[in-house]
Formats: sequence, structure tokens, C-alpha cells
Amino acid sequence: MQIDLRTVSITPLRQTFSHVADRLGADKAASRYIEATMDVQPTVNYHYRPTWDPAHELFDAARTQIVMRDWYALKDPRQYYYGAYTQARARMQETAEADFTFVEERGLADRYDDAARRTALDFYVPLRHVAWGANMNGAAMCAYGYGTAITQPCLYAAMDQLGMAQYLTRLGLLLGSQGELEAGKQAWLAAPAWQPLRRYVEDTLVLKDWFELFVAQSVVLDGLLFGLAYKEVDTELSHQAGPVVSMLTRFQAEWFQEHTKWVDTVVKAVAAESEANRALLAGWVVHWRARAREALEPMAQLALETGAAQAALDRVAAVLDARLAKAGLAV
Amino acid sequence: MDMKASKKLSLKDRYNLMTRDLAWTPTYQAVQDVFPYTQYEGIKIHDWDQFEDPFRMTMDAYWKYQAEKERKLYAIIDAFTQNNGHLGVTDARYINALKLFLTGVTPLEYMAHRGFAHVGRQFPGAGPRVACLMQSVDEIRHAQTQIHSLSNYNKHYNGFQNWRHQHDRVWYLSVPKSFFDDAVTAGPFEFMVAIGFAFEYVLTNLLFVPFISGAAYNGDMGAMAFGFSAQSDESRHMTLGLEIIKFILEQDPDNLPIVQAWLDKWFWRGYRVLTLVAMMMDYMLPKRVMSWKEAWEVYAEQNGGALFNDLARYGVKVPKGWEQACKDKDHLSHQAWNTFYNYGAAAAFHTWVPSEADMKWLSEKYPDTFDQHYRPLWEHYAREQAEGRRFYNGTLPMLCQVCQVPMMFTEPDDPTKIAYRESDWRGNTYHFCSDGCKSIFDHEPEKYVQSWLPVHQIYQGNCFTADADPSQPDFDPLADVLRWYKLAFGQDNLDYADSQDKRNFEAWRSQATSN
Amino acid sequence: MPNVFIAFQRNEETRPIVEAIVADNPAAVVNEQPAMVKIDAPGRLVIRRTTIEDEIGRDFDLQELQINLITLTGHIDETEDEFVLSWNP
Repeated sequence: MQIDLRTVSITPLRQTFSHVADRLGADKAASRYIEATMDVQPTVNYHYRPTWDPAHELFDAARTQIVMRDWYALKDPRQYYYGAYTQARARMQETAEADFTFVEERGLADRYDDAARRTALDFYVPLRHVAWGANMNGAAMCAYGYGTAITQPCLYAAMDQLGMAQYLTRLGLLLGSQGELEAGKQAWLAAPAWQPLRRYVEDTLVLKDWFELFVAQSVVLDGLLFGLAYKEVDTELSHQAGPVVSMLTRFQAEWFQEHTKWVDTVVKAVAAESEANRALLAGWVVHWRARAREALEPMAQLALETGAAQAALDRVAAVLDARLAKAGLAV
Repeated sequence: MDMKASKKLSLKDRYNLMTRDLAWTPTYQAVQDVFPYTQYEGIKIHDWDQFEDPFRMTMDAYWKYQAEKERKLYAIIDAFTQNNGHLGVTDARYINALKLFLTGVTPLEYMAHRGFAHVGRQFPGAGPRVACLMQSVDEIRHAQTQIHSLSNYNKHYNGFQNWRHQHDRVWYLSVPKSFFDDAVTAGPFEFMVAIGFAFEYVLTNLLFVPFISGAAYNGDMGAMAFGFSAQSDESRHMTLGLEIIKFILEQDPDNLPIVQAWLDKWFWRGYRVLTLVAMMMDYMLPKRVMSWKEAWEVYAEQNGGALFNDLARYGVKVPKGWEQACKDKDHLSHQAWNTFYNYGAAAAFHTWVPSEADMKWLSEKYPDTFDQHYRPLWEHYAREQAEGRRFYNGTLPMLCQVCQVPMMFTEPDDPTKIAYRESDWRGNTYHFCSDGCKSIFDHEPEKYVQSWLPVHQIYQGNCFTADADPSQPDFDPLADVLRWYKLAFGQDNLDYADSQDKRNFEAWRSQATSN
Repeated sequence: MPNVFIAFQRNEETRPIVEAIVADNPAAVVNEQPAMVKIDAPGRLVIRRTTIEDEIGRDFDLQELQINLITLTGHIDETEDEFVLSWNP
């Protein structure tokens, strides 16, 4: 039997907002992502210059050397507006919570191999500070960027990094203690293995060009660090002592897969826009990639033997280079 | 080596490990280079760790609870859309309040999002940074849920479709636009006092309760749903604002005069923006919630009174201009609606004279002023309209240089006299609606001379379409400006009585209720 | 003494929360509107997790209050067990 539900049908006057219809080329139904993103940031008739940056307008495309005819070409392939974003993260959160509960309640943290535990604490706990730096950088990209299409996902990424810093904190408490968090912070501040990476992070905190910052943080550092931490080192620890750490870092691993889809789409669109953009991107990638490699080498050796660390870094570098090449940026 | 956490951490300690403990003092770069904007306002902070995080929400809890709120909200928006919920409103005059909301308020949510991202990066204290960034994400939530809730109205009624274009250009919309531009271009501490405290704490109930309750009273489930949903975020924002102001005042006694000056300025600027809300409450809601006067008495005089009573221990005084705002409560909405009635040809929403029943309500709510000063105006307009001479003012209003509201406000003690103030600065004379706006200008003239005043811009010829030719004998400048505004003449503007909105609403409603 | 207040959306989830608040705050006054319930109390209002748990028969995290909260006034003090609003804390 066929059920035919009816409601009163009224002919609408229009399908969407005018500025959205202009972009779609016709007045047709627009997705929630499109209506919530396209042209939402003002671009004209600002009333005052920022007292904190009088050289620029309130929103100013000149805060980067990258030039786009249309900054809304940088749409997010995940189509994250706030509702879609929080619901996606809530699903990941539920899984992460279940994993942490599982590890704790089954005594897996208590019974974890001592050597692996030491490695995990030494390697992962200080990364909570790297994530904090990433949170600050994402906030800067959102504040000083141009166009809702790119600034919106930068803030979501910033909040994701804060969430990941918090999951790393919980990992430290579960496998260790508050004392381990203190030790990790001390290592971050003073241990030789961490100084090149800390210097990298602090150097990004003073970058004025927000798109260079996007390259240094979201393209290069995230690209290399996540591959190292949540694939290479995680695999090694899993071999040694089982998947306890994998469970406690599952959120990060899954986040990274999704993050790269967005980052690669943005890089591709910016590189394709002009030779000038491509050259700028290439210069930034070359510079920051060398620095990131140098910064990750000593801390990688906290978790991997020297040879294995080099091989692991070679692999993650190759993955990043392949992604960039596919995005039109072979450097 | 510690193998176990020996005792369970308190909520406060755990939260500290999850936020402040993540931060460190940079050594490879100068602190001043990482946080370049914290000195120039003259605010002294000695210990950022004294900031008490209001709601101690980690990101996992944020995602979980916000996602739940979103699921419920969008379920309501979908149901409302599927059921042609817009036909359930009292009558389509109400929908004009929503046009004012989308064109005037929603863009401010977006500005708040970017402004909080900025201060969320710039404050050296980790605790305030986290709270500000959470507010930044919340504010994009508000902008987007509003766009989505009102999207269905846009499909069926006129005046929503060019909200972005109009917010940036139309004469009355520069009032909210300049308000938030002013806040975001100010320094980070001023931004927090202006928005976090003055707007989100002192004045917020005067914006949201009228709109949300107005929605509930007038059958608008869609807007009501987003309103209530947004308000739960507002509690976190209000708390941040209150904590920030306490924190700043507790850090150094030298901060008090700076903060007091900001409170005076931002109370006044915020109050002036609320002119639009006052007229919305008293004139645009077919089913009224309460009068502006009543709302002011509850939310400003009582609640605000309790608040400033509490803050007196820091040396904070009630903002300058408070007394005038209290006096104005009997006049504000009437003078504002009169202005919009006049300029109904240039507004992207409909206007109308209040009915006899409306005026009876207004008389009761304003026993000291309505019958004496305002009823005669409405009765005159009604007679003119009945005789086919619906009045539309063909000139342009003078705008206040600071608040950018048309200069229609009267002297606090004489409602028959328009208030004019002025200042000379570097060879030009600038005009203001009040002592409050003049004093704001006089304190920072180099800022306020930058204002993009819509009416000045029109007279300077900056608001014509690309193919306009003023040399033509039949050139109609006002008509061309309306085209430049993307305001569809005879469709988006003019009296409600003759509007397509009214015809459609009645036809659709009849379609939904008869065979 | 000036009032503090808290307001919730009026639905099945908040009904037991309001009941818990009334049980723990004898001077509280409840104002019910079609879509909202507002609770005023002179000077101080406390919301206790255990009282709510008794009402609803399951564990409750005080942060869940966020879902249906509309607005409030007063200084906030939040622990795992209590959510307190007050003036002059």
C-alpha cells in the first residue's frame, strides 16, 4: 500500500538569498552550508580602522601576500557550518569517551607495559603544548583571514586542536599522573629534544601573514607531526604493547584524515589561482618543511630508534609531498 | 614514578590542567611580539591566572552539548518549514520585525565571532583566551542558526533577500554596523568591556527578550526556537563578561577610570542601538509582550540596578546617560516609529499606522505621554492615508555622527524640542543627537570622523548605481539610491496595507484553512 | 536583597530540574510561561546534582543544564556537585 502524505503547498517567491543566487547563477535551493557561508563576512564600508592595526582595514585581503579574485573559491569540501561541525565532532567524542572509559575500566592503563608507557608519556604528553600553539594559530587565521569560507574552518580547526590537547592531557593522567604532566611541561620548556619544535611553534606565533601561518601550521606541521605521532609512533607502540595508546589517540588519527581533505582542497585552489600564488606557497612550504623536519627529528627519537626515526620521518615527508603534488604544488 | 592519580582531581583543578596548564611563556620570541596589543590601552594586568573561568567546559563537553542543542533546533526548523509554520504567526506585520533582525542583528553575530577570535588570540592569559574562543564559535553558531531559521521566511516574504548588501549600506542599518565596527576596531580590553560586559550582560536582555518573546507571542516557533537555543550560549557569554570586568578591576586600581569611561561610552552606544528594539516592541508586534517602558524598568532599572549595586564595591558607578535613558523610556519607541513611518519609502520593511486597538494599548502603557504627544501624529497620518495621501518624507534625515541614528531624539526634559549638539574639530563641524554621543566623539574625534554615514554618502554621490546619469532631466536621485540599496520599490518598502506580503499571507492562510 | 534568577526552556527535561531547585531553595519563586520557566530567589540559588539525580533516576552532570538554559543573573560558582548563583559572593 502506498502512503501519500500531503501538506499544503505554497509557491515560494524565491529559493534563496540574492547574493547566494548570484553565486549559484540562478535562484535555486541552496544548502545550509552555502547559505551560512557565502558572503557572510562584510567587505565594504567599514566605519573605522582598527586602532590595533591602522595599516589595514577591519577585514583586509592585504593581510596576506596571497591574492584571490574570490576568497569564496576556498569552500570547505566537508561543508562544515556550525551545526554540521559540532554534530560530526560529537560523534567522534562519543567514540573517544567510550575508548577512554574502556581503557580505564578494564584496567588496561594499569596493566600497560612499563617501557611502552614511559615512551608514550615522554612522546605524547608534551604534544599537548604543540596543540595549544596550533589553537592559537587557528584563532589568528580566523581573526585576520579574509572571507568566511576560509576563516570558518580555521576556527573549527583551532577548537579541534584544543580538544586534542585535552585528550592528550587525559592520556597523561590515565597512563601517568599529574606529576607526568608537570614533567612533560618541563621537558617542553627545557629538554633538548623538544627545543627545536618549541622554537618552531613560537616562530609561527609571530607570523603576520595569516596564509603563511596556514602553510606553516596546517599544511606542514600538522602534516608531518600527525603522520609521525598518530601513525608511525602509534604503530610502533602497538607492535610493542598492544593498541592501548591507539585507543587513547583515535580521535587525533581520525581527525587528521578529515583535516587533510580540507587542507589539500584549499592548497589546490590557491595554487591554481596564479603563478604568483603558487610561487609564494612553494617558498613557504620549502622553508617550513625543512624547519619542521629538523624540529621533529630529536623528539621522534624519544619513541623510535635513530634509524627507525629517520625512516619514519622520510615516510611522513613523502606522504606530505605526495599530497602537495596532487594539489598542484610539487616542491 | 607515579602510576596512578592518587586522588580524583576537583573540577577546578582538572579544568586548569586542560586549559591554563597548556600554555607557557615563550622564550624564543618576545612575549610582546606574541601578544602585541595588550599595552596600548593603558590597562594593567599583573596576574592573568587570577581570572576565574566561568563555565569550566572542555571541548568534549562543548561538542556533546552543543550538538544536542543543534539537533533539537534543526528538528524544529525543519518541522516549521514542512508545516508552513510561517502561516501560524498572528499576522504578517510581525514578519517585518524579523526583517529588521536579519538585516540588523545577524551580521553583528558574525562580527562578534571575528571579534572574539581576535581577542581570543591576543589576550596573554590562557583562561580568558579559551573562554573568548568558545564565544567566537558560539557567535558563528548564532549567525548561522539565524540565517537558517529566517531562510524560510525569505522564500515567502520580501525584505530578507539582500540582507548582506543592505546591512553595509542602508541608512538605518549603519546604526548596528557602526556599533560593532566600533567595538572590534577598539583595543582588546575595550572590546571585552563593550561587548562582553556592556552588551552581553547589561543590555542583552533588552535585545533578546523582546525578540524571542515577541516570536513566542506571535506564533513564530522558528525564531523562538533559535532564540531560546542561542540564549543558553548567552549565559556563558554573560558570565564571561562579568568575570572579565571583575578581573580587570581587581588587577589594578588604575584600571577603574579607564573601565568607567568605557562603561559610560558603551552603555550609551548600546542604548542608542536599542532604539530599533524599542520601536519593534511597541509598534511592530501584533501581539505585544510588554512595552519598552516595562522592559526597561525590569531589565535595566531592576536587573541593571542590582548589578551596579554589586559592582559598587569596585568603585564602579552607574553609567553616565543612565538617568536620561530612564527619562526617555516614555518617548523612545514613539519617536523612532514616527521616523520610520516617515521614511517608509526608503526602508526595506513595511511600516504602518497603529490601529485604534494598538493605540488603546499604547495609551495604557504610556499614560503620561502617548495621548498627549503621539496619538495626534498617528491620527493625522491615518486621516491622510484614508484620503489617499499616505505621507512619505522625500528628504533625507540628518544622522548623528556617532550613533548614526537620525537626529529625531528630543531633549530629556522637553519632548517638543529636538536635541542638537555639535563639536568643531579641525575645521569641520560635527553633529550629535545627545550629550552622550557628543562626549564619545570629543574623547576620540579621530575615530568618529571616519564614520561612513549613509546620508552623507548619498549627498556626496557615492550611492548611485554604476549607470546612473545625474545630468538627465528625469534623474530621480532617491529612486536611484534605492536601486543601489537593492531595495525593490513597491515590493520591499512602503506601507504594509498595500504590500505583497499582506496579500500573500492572507491568500496562503485562506488556502491552508479553506477548501 | 536583590534577586538572582535562572530561566530554562519549559520541557520534560527541565521539569525535574525545576522541582529539584524548588526542593533545595525554599525561598525560590517559580514563574511559568508557555515556553519558559523562570526561578527567582533572594540573593542566592543553589542547584544540587544529587537532588536532580534523585528526581530523574540516573546520573546527571551539572553541565547538562546548558542544554535547556535560557538566561541567568548573579555570580556563578560551579563544582561537580553544586551550581550556585549569588550576589556578593
